[in-house]
Amino acid sequence: MNNEKRHMGLKTLNRASNTVIYILLVIISVIWLLPFVFIVFQSFRVESTWQVGYVIPQQWGLQNYINLWNSDFKRWYLNTFIIALASAVLVTVIQLCMSYTLSRFRFKMRGPLMRFMLILGMFPGMLTMIILYRVLADLGLTQANAVPGLILVGVASSGMGYYVSKGFFDTIPKSLDEAARVDGATRFQVLYKIILPLAKPIVIYTILTAFMGPWGDFVFARYVAMGTSAGYNVAVGMYSWLTNDQINSWYTTFCAGGVIVALPVTILFMCLQKYYVEGVTGGAVKG
Amino acid sequence: MKRYSDMEYLRLSKWNKFVYKLVSFLVSIPLGIGHFFVKIWKGIKEFGGKVAAECKDIWTTFVTGDWKTKLSFLVMGFGNLAHGQILRGVMFLLFEVVFIFYMVTTGGYWLSKLDNLGDKGPESVYNAVLDTNTTVFNDNSFKILLYGVLTIFFIIAFIYTWRANVKQNKLINQILKSGKKLKSGKDDLKSLVDDQFHKTLLALPMVGILVFTVMPIVFMVLVAFTNYDGSHNGYSNALFTWVGLKNFGTMFSWTANTSAGLQSYSATFGEILTWTLIWAFFATFTNYFLGMCVAMMINKKGIHLKKMWRTILVMTVAIPQFISLMYVSKMFAQNGLLNQMLMNHGWIKQPLPFWTDPTWARITVIIINIWVGIPYLMLITTGILMNIPADLYESAKIDGANAWQQYRKITLPYMLFITGPYLLTSFTGNMNNFNVIYLLTGGAPTNAAASGAAGSVGYTDLLITWLFKITTGGESLYYLASVVGIMVFVVVALISLVVYNVLPSIKNEEDFQ
Repeated sequence: MNNEKRHMGLKTLNRASNTVIYILLVIISVIWLLPFVFIVFQSFRVESTWQVGYVIPQQWGLQNYINLWNSDFKRWYLNTFIIALASAVLVTVIQLCMSYTLSRFRFKMRGPLMRFMLILGMFPGMLTMIILYRVLADLGLTQANAVPGLILVGVASSGMGYYVSKGFFDTIPKSLDEAARVDGATRFQVLYKIILPLAKPIVIYTILTAFMGPWGDFVFARYVAMGTSAGYNVAVGMYSWLTNDQINSWYTTFCAGGVIVALPVTILFMCLQKYYVEGVTGGAVKG
Repeated sequence: MKRYSDMEYLRLSKWNKFVYKLVSFLVSIPLGIGHFFVKIWKGIKEFGGKVAAECKDIWTTFVTGDWKTKLSFLVMGFGNLAHGQILRGVMFLLFEVVFIFYMVTTGGYWLSKLDNLGDKGPESVYNAVLDTNTTVFNDNSFKILLYGVLTIFFIIAFIYTWRANVKQNKLINQILKSGKKLKSGKDDLKSLVDDQFHKTLLALPMVGILVFTVMPIVFMVLVAFTNYDGSHNGYSNALFTWVGLKNFGTMFSWTANTSAGLQSYSATFGEILTWTLIWAFFATFTNYFLGMCVAMMINKKGIHLKKMWRTILVMTVAIPQFISLMYVSKMFAQNGLLNQMLMNHGWIKQPLPFWTDPTWARITVIIINIWVGIPYLMLITTGILMNIPADLYESAKIDGANAWQQYRKITLPYMLFITGPYLLTSFTGNMNNFNVIYLLTGGAPTNAAASGAAGSVGYTDLLITWLFKITTGGESLYYLASVVGIMVFVVVALISLVVYNVLPSIKNEEDFQ
């Protein structure tokens, strides 16, 4: 066979497969974005019943956003924001302490400790909901005071999620620590002066995920708030809008709320995307 | 089973190789489980030996020690104080005082009630002032169990500290004998940011885990052996007490309540477990392979705008899941957007039964889960795919391998090796994927024969959503929820155990660094 011809054949094949890929990618992008585009459109729809068979509103308006402002949504948003901020700080500190220690130190209890936490993680967290609720209730941290309660429980148990950042710390060469130790640095100085600057991606990744987590926190938050609107977070509150007896009057407001919740989180995420990707690929897989 | 050597194995036909692998895998499961129990037995023996050695050590420390050592068996930290280690001594002594104070004031009370979780329930008593009967609350089973467990934790901590205190005396004697100087309190504090830095770092996280994870789990596991439920809440209606293994008997009995049209708990458990495993399998592997496909398409040479395609997908990771899940759930509803649009266009006459037909609902959740999961998998796999050495592909091309062969022989093995641990955690994570199921279907459509005192059960319910429904719905059979939770643990542990013994890349942590 003529070599030239074979080469040409490969080229057209390649071009054809690239065209197929482009078509697939466009379809994928449309499928993945469409629901979110729908939400945005419906958030501007003035006719508020949910059972309509169209996406583009017949009547545009800001009515849903005004409804949102007049509802308890403000309170829920503030609650969630406080929880997210607090856990962004505290969860990050706890998880980094945990993962750094388990990655860098070799002490007698390290192996048993990690095995113990692995086994602990096999119990479904849902199981402990009842008792945690009762403990929080005893402390007076339920219903309207749910916010500090949720922060407490979320932060206290966050040490279990050390895997991703430990995986990242494992990739930083140990020879760096050893060199610094030889030069007389204490363990604390090694962490503070050498590891932390190198670990910037994972620190930002942890802050980001810790901040984003509470926005979707649902089951336990609902259990702790126990029907008191003042203690809801956005997920719990907006879930109550989509129950069968509420959905007809609140559906479009739900869409508007979705936009308001998703917008800042998404923008933040897009800005820090680079670190997220580094964290995920560096740490999540190695585990 | 006949074991083949490597050479013999290579000579087998493809089909025989497959059968051989399959059989050896199946054989490895009972072997693995057997191995596990052998390990546990060995562990117990080892533990017994250690305890004996400790006791012996304590005895020799006591016999050979001077009066200071002997006194510090009773007054913790005395040895340290007597030798000028004020900080350590005071800490030990303080702990002992707090412990004794706690045990005398409250701990002893909770401990004494722990045997049957309270004797006297609420009762109606005549109140002369009000001239009517009022309810008087007496024991509180819930608190007895909770504080009983806490007290036992505290006692264990005390024994451990007491042992450390004894060790201190031995250490002091050794150091003094060798003529070195004892560490001062200042040295101790300094070492907390240096040699003992790990203790400083771990202190806070471990306290959190102990109080808010370990203690609740111990408590809830114990609940499985009581009759704690909505009508025995341990306080305002009736006390609950120990019932032994009765609840496990209930869960695994095959007697159905035919008059009420209900099936047995075993049947329900079996059904839900089967679906949970099917769901976890499909949710994990569809996402994994499709996510890898998307990543490879974007990574392919000659595809432009790589960043844009990635950004579009990554954006959907950022949007809180409850928004997208609840929205999509309503979109697929009987009278939701999708059905309405299809009917308006005249493509269908009846709404499609996305959430009302069991099979439709199960397939729909799996498909929507693909929509949820692919961006994340795309992100993970992109990084790994780019790390595969390019010369592997170059030499494969020279040998005339086509794209499929390259994928089968290079990409896939590499990916599976690197992501093995991730696949395992993602499988067990999906088994407990509460949010996706609960927000999409809430477990619907309802399985009438399985619903009853344990709350309403649906065809898409996982064990974890069932656990939640038992807790919050029906007659609040907390003890049954606890049994389900323990079973989830058992299933996850078994799967992990088997996978750990089969997968090479998890076994050795240090290899990976």
